[in-house]
Amino acid sequence: MSAEVKVPGQTGLILNEDLLWERGRQGRSAMSLPESGVPKASLPAEVAGDGPDWPDLSEQQVARHYTRLSTWNFGVDTGPYPLGSCTMKYNPKINDALADLPGFVGAHPLLPAEAVQGELSLIHDLEAYLAEIVGLKATTLQPGAGAHGELCGMLMIAAYHRHNKTRRTKVLVPETAHGTNPATASMCGFSEIQVPLGSKGYLEYATVEKLMTDEVAGLMVTNPNTLGLFETELHKINQMIHDRGGLVYGDGANLNAVMGWADLGRLGIDAVHINVHKTLSTPHGGGGPGAGPVAVSQALVPYLPGPRVVKEGDSYRWEVDLPLSIGRLHGFHGQFRTLVRAFAYILTMGADLKRASELAVLNANYVKEKLKDLYDLPFNQSCMHEFVFTNAKQEPHKVSTLDIAKRLIDLGFHPPTIYFPLVVHSAIMIEPTETESKEDLDAFIAAMRQVAEEAKNDPDILHRAPLNTFRQRLDDVAAARRPILTGDMG
Amino acid sequence: MKELNELILPTNVKYHADHEWVSAAAPFKLGISDYAQDALGALTYVELPEVGAKLTLGEEFGTLESTKSVSPLISPVNGTVKAINESLSDNPDLVNSDPYGEGWIIEIEMEASELAPLLDAAAYKALLENQA
Repeated sequence: MSAEVKVPGQTGLILNEDLLWERGRQGRSAMSLPESGVPKASLPAEVAGDGPDWPDLSEQQVARHYTRLSTWNFGVDTGPYPLGSCTMKYNPKINDALADLPGFVGAHPLLPAEAVQGELSLIHDLEAYLAEIVGLKATTLQPGAGAHGELCGMLMIAAYHRHNKTRRTKVLVPETAHGTNPATASMCGFSEIQVPLGSKGYLEYATVEKLMTDEVAGLMVTNPNTLGLFETELHKINQMIHDRGGLVYGDGANLNAVMGWADLGRLGIDAVHINVHKTLSTPHGGGGPGAGPVAVSQALVPYLPGPRVVKEGDSYRWEVDLPLSIGRLHGFHGQFRTLVRAFAYILTMGADLKRASELAVLNANYVKEKLKDLYDLPFNQSCMHEFVFTNAKQEPHKVSTLDIAKRLIDLGFHPPTIYFPLVVHSAIMIEPTETESKEDLDAFIAAMRQVAEEAKNDPDILHRAPLNTFRQRLDDVAAARRPILTGDMG
Repeated sequence: MKELNELILPTNVKYHADHEWVSAAAPFKLGISDYAQDALGALTYVELPEVGAKLTLGEEFGTLESTKSVSPLISPVNGTVKAINESLSDNPDLVNSDPYGEGWIIEIEMEASELAPLLDAAAYKALLENQA
C-alpha cells in the first residue's frame, strides 16, 4: 500500500488573531437599536458605577474572530480523531436539526406536564430504548456526564446497602480503570481495593474471588476494559459477587464495542452509565455538554433519582413519590437537547446500532494488524473497539510516545490517547471508531508508518513536531506549572 | 527515557522497589530515584503531607503530578514526617533536576532499623535490570 496513500496533513495560510479585548475600539457596536421610548431611570446607588470593561466590537470582528480561531482547531468535522477511550465518532447533522426544532428549543423546564407531553414522551421512550440496548430494567436521564453517571450509580449501590442494613465500606476497582472510578467510590464514602490484571490483560476470577469479602460493596468494571480487551471471566465474577451480597457497577465508557451484542443484565451488571457523547454520537468535549444516563437492574430501580416520568394511558406525568430514591442529581431534567440528539441517533440507526459496534471492532483490528510490525503491541490478541501500542520499538531512537503523537498532527490526524492506561508503559491508545472509511483508515496507517520510519531515520523531526501547525511544540510543563488564566482587560 | 547505565544511583541512600530512596543514615530524607523522575517526566505539582503526619509502610502519603500522570507516593518505612521540602511547591522541577539533593521530598523521624528491608544501589540496579 503506502506509496499511493496520501496523508491529509499540509500547510496553508494561517491567520493571526488577537484576543477580543485587544480588538475592541470604543463606540464600535454590532447593532444599532432604535431610540427607546421608555424614560431613563437612574440605577440604585449600590449597583451604579462603571461596568465591566467589555470590548466594543462589530459583528464582523466577532464573526472573523471565532472563524479564525476555529481554523487553529481540529475536530471530528476536520478529520479522523482516533483518541482511544473517547469514541470520537462523527456527529450526524440530523441530530442537531432535530434538537433545534422550535418546540424543543422553546420548552421551559418549569412548564406544567400537560404543556410538554412531547418532551416527556421523548424522555420516557429514550429511557426505555437505553434500558433495552443494554439489557437492563430502567434508566435515569439526569446525570450530566459519564463521571456524574458513575456517581449516580454508586450512590444507588450505597443506598441499596444502607437500606439492606449491610455495612460495606470497600469497592473493588481493576487497575486498568478510568481514574474517575476510584474517585467516584471515594466520593460515595467507600475505600478502593485495586484489583490487579491477569497476564492476558483482563480480570481473573481467582484474583477477584480472594478480594471479595463481606466488607466489599461491589465491583466497578469497564467492559471491554481500557486495554480494549473483553473481560471474558466477568460473568462468573459477577455471579460470585452477587452470591456474596455485592453489586456490580459497569462503566459504560466502552459501550461502543458491544452495543446490541452484550446483554449487560445477563452479564450481571446492576448499573451502567451510557456516555451519549461517545456511543450515541452527541457532541463531545468542547462541543458538549455531554450526558450520562444510567440504566439499572431490578435491584436498583427503587433508588433511581427522581422525579421520574411515568406513562398513564396516553399521557405522561412526573412521579415524585419515590421513597427510596437517591433524589435529584441535576437541575431540571438532565441535558435535554443533548438527549434529543441521542434519541435521534437511536431512531435513525435502528437495528444498525449493532452494526456500528461491529464496524468499530473491525476498524480497530484492521488498524492494529496493519501496524503491529512497526509498533510494540503489549497484548497481542484480537481487540475490541480500541487497542494499545507502546513506543518500545521507537525508544532506542529516543523517540517518546509524545513525539509520535505530536508528529501525527503534522500529517493531518488528531493524536491518539497517550500515557493511558497507566498499566502499560508509555501507551498509545488508538480507537478509530466505526465512522471512518477504509480510505481514511489507510491514510492513518500510512501516517503511522511514516512516523515509525522517521523515528529511525530522522528522529529530530519527531522531537520538534508539530511543525506545520499555527503553534509548534508547546511547553506543556510551563503551562502546567505557571498557567496564565486571565486576559488583560486594561 | 534514560538507559540503565545513564541512571544516577548514589550509594549513600537505600532504595525501595517503588522507586523511592531514604538516606542510609540520619537525618533520614526521602525522595524518588532518578529512574522514577525520568519515568514520570517533568513534574508539575508535588502534594506533600503535613509535618507530624504518621507514615505507615505501604500507605500513600502524597502525590506526584507530571504532564503524563498522577502517581501516589507510597511510604517505604514506618515513621513520622519531621520536615517537608517547602521549595517543591514553587519548584517541583527540583525533583527532576536533582532527585537526591535539592529535590528531596520529606524528612522522616524513624528507627534506623526501618532501613533493613530496603535495597542498596547494586540490588536496586539489579531490580531495574530485571524489569527491563
